Amino acid sequence: MAAITMQNIVKKYGDGFPAVNDVSIDVADGEFMILVGPSGCGKSTLLRMIVGLEDITSGDMVIGERKVNDLAPRDRNLAMVFQNYALYPHLTVYENIAFPLRLAGASQAEVDQKVREASKTLELDEHLERKPGNLSGGQRQRVAMGRAIVRDADAFLFDEPLSNLDAKLRGQMRTEIARLQKRLGITTVYVTHDQTEAMTLGDRVAVLKRGILQQLATPRELYENPLNLFVAGFIGSPPMNFLPAKVSGNTVELPFGNVTIPADKASAAQGKDLLIAGIRPEHFEDASVLDASAKTSGSTFRATVDVVEWLGNEAYAYVPYEAHTDVEAQLNQLEKELEGESLRTQLVVSLDGASRIKEGDEAEIWVNSAKIHLFDPESGENLTADRSAAGTIPPDMDAAAPAEAEGEADAGDATDLTK
Amino acid sequence: MKKLGVPIGVLVILVWCLLPVVWIISLSFKSEESVTAGNPGFLPSDGTNAGWDNYNKVLTDDLYDFFPRAIINSIGISLIATTLSVIVATLAAYAIARLEFKGKKLVLTMSLAIAMFPVVSLIGPLFDMWRTFGIYDTWLGLIIPYMSFTLPLAIWTLSAFFREIPWEMEQAAQVDGATSWQAFRKVIVPLAAPGVFTAAILTFFFAWNDFVFGISLTSTESARPIPASLAFFVGADPFNRPASLLAAAAVISTIPIIIIVLLFQRKIVAGLTSGAVKG
Repeated sequence: MAAITMQNIVKKYGDGFPAVNDVSIDVADGEFMILVGPSGCGKSTLLRMIVGLEDITSGDMVIGERKVNDLAPRDRNLAMVFQNYALYPHLTVYENIAFPLRLAGASQAEVDQKVREASKTLELDEHLERKPGNLSGGQRQRVAMGRAIVRDADAFLFDEPLSNLDAKLRGQMRTEIARLQKRLGITTVYVTHDQTEAMTLGDRVAVLKRGILQQLATPRELYENPLNLFVAGFIGSPPMNFLPAKVSGNTVELPFGNVTIPADKASAAQGKDLLIAGIRPEHFEDASVLDASAKTSGSTFRATVDVVEWLGNEAYAYVPYEAHTDVEAQLNQLEKELEGESLRTQLVVSLDGASRIKEGDEAEIWVNSAKIHLFDPESGENLTADRSAAGTIPPDMDAAAPAEAEGEADAGDATDLTK
Repeated sequence: MKKLGVPIGVLVILVWCLLPVVWIISLSFKSEESVTAGNPGFLPSDGTNAGWDNYNKVLTDDLYDFFPRAIINSIGISLIATTLSVIVATLAAYAIARLEFKGKKLVLTMSLAIAMFPVVSLIGPLFDMWRTFGIYDTWLGLIIPYMSFTLPLAIWTLSAFFREIPWEMEQAAQVDGATSWQAFRKVIVPLAAPGVFTAAILTFFFAWNDFVFGISLTSTESARPIPASLAFFVGADPFNRPASLLAAAAVISTIPIIIIVLLFQRKIVAGLTSGAVKG
């Protein structure tokens, strides 16, 4: 077991495009680290650089005490589970799991003991003599994990291991991976584009966008204190609502009315003209189901609900609004980065299951104004984030892509070393 | 009528293809005299049946003592040429499928050009060269041209197979602790086995059936293969070729091919890579 330290890792391809740009991540011994981001953000490339399947253009990769930049994959002692499993189809399940041991020259007794142990852990006992071609997706996935855990590797690397499974199996395997990792206590780096996996599995999560580290924090810190628009929009489902806002004093002017926010948040946003307010769906509520004491802590407004999706325990209500054109461009850009479609500007509101609001109703909706985030529309920076609870803040995120006119993410208080 | 169409078509094709084979087998069981006299009938009958005489004669008679030797030559030369060709082609095809190197296109074009080159035009120069090198009328003198003419096809076949194998297989092996060579030998080659055996069969056919090189680059029985040696069958009467003996020799010469095909065919199983990756 070992810690993995990435220092200023850069990966440039032949055409000079930086797939991974100046990323520094420390993975502590035994930690479960998630790399997450939309496709093309460089998360898989980063993982493949850890394992040695991609060359590192510059920067240092240190595993344990060793700098491994120039070591071949087989000399790094890491175990990897591939997205498509990459099982050896000509070998039985037993031999697939035994493959790394046989290469290491282990004795037959040792091979047998370790393979049996792994197969017992993963409940593969009755499949040991079968070929991978005859197994189901979940079983193949377990064989791929078996091949990884059978070795005494320094770390596990997972490259979107669950993306080929159906939803139910994915949930089961997710728990299984979490359990296994806790039991073995082995350093793990896990790549995914699925934010449920990112939030539930990780001790810490690194959010990447176009090769640049956006924020490295625990799931809770990411959710509660996203440092910029991108992280705020990426983490959370349904995603955070973004609305044009103007601040004057302690009052924030939103499309559907004015709300009062705490003084410390308001002071951080003074002196800016147009801002983007970010409010998570669950920070709204149907005012009629709240008791009076709860209502006093926030603001209420009236709005016409367009569509209601009732799920039993909760309901999602959709409230369309007119967006300010300046903000709209920024939001469309963000939507593109998050791999979504730019649809109508609407507010997604999560309501209590007991709410009786119907489609077309004009309802009174309460908003927890203490939870509002305010973002600078130019830089995307979160002006109201609690930086002491936002995890590691990557330095000079804006320096990496200064030419990008559409307003790159900016970590704000970062000291810009490269300029 | 519609239902009958396919079986009738198949039957016609089968008869068309197999009739000559049946004819040559039947001929090999008829006595020489009856064939010389003419009109021996389709199947060997009372007057014309020679039993295994022709086979005995071909394999043991002093007059045809070059034939058993030719069988050994053919088997030896074809097997060695096939083995070498497949080994070289496997390595070359792997490099072509997996590596980026300068002159890759050149190698491919060259090999294609070699495959298209008319064999007959090379016979003269080769004859001269081989005599100068001292490998005229030796096994080596035949193995080299067989190899060079089967390599292109083998390389093209195999590189197609290698391209089918997902990259991840190899990367997984490397992460599991294999050297490049171990990954190649323990993962890639077993997965490409159908391709390897396809290439082997094609190469073996070419070497086994070749007549032009066999007759031109040999002068004695020390290296003369079966197709060439069949041309040296003469009976007691030089104007009447011993047709039934030739038929027996021809039947004997097809037996190894059938054995080889049956052995290799089992290895050519489609879908060997299924289960490697999702999908």
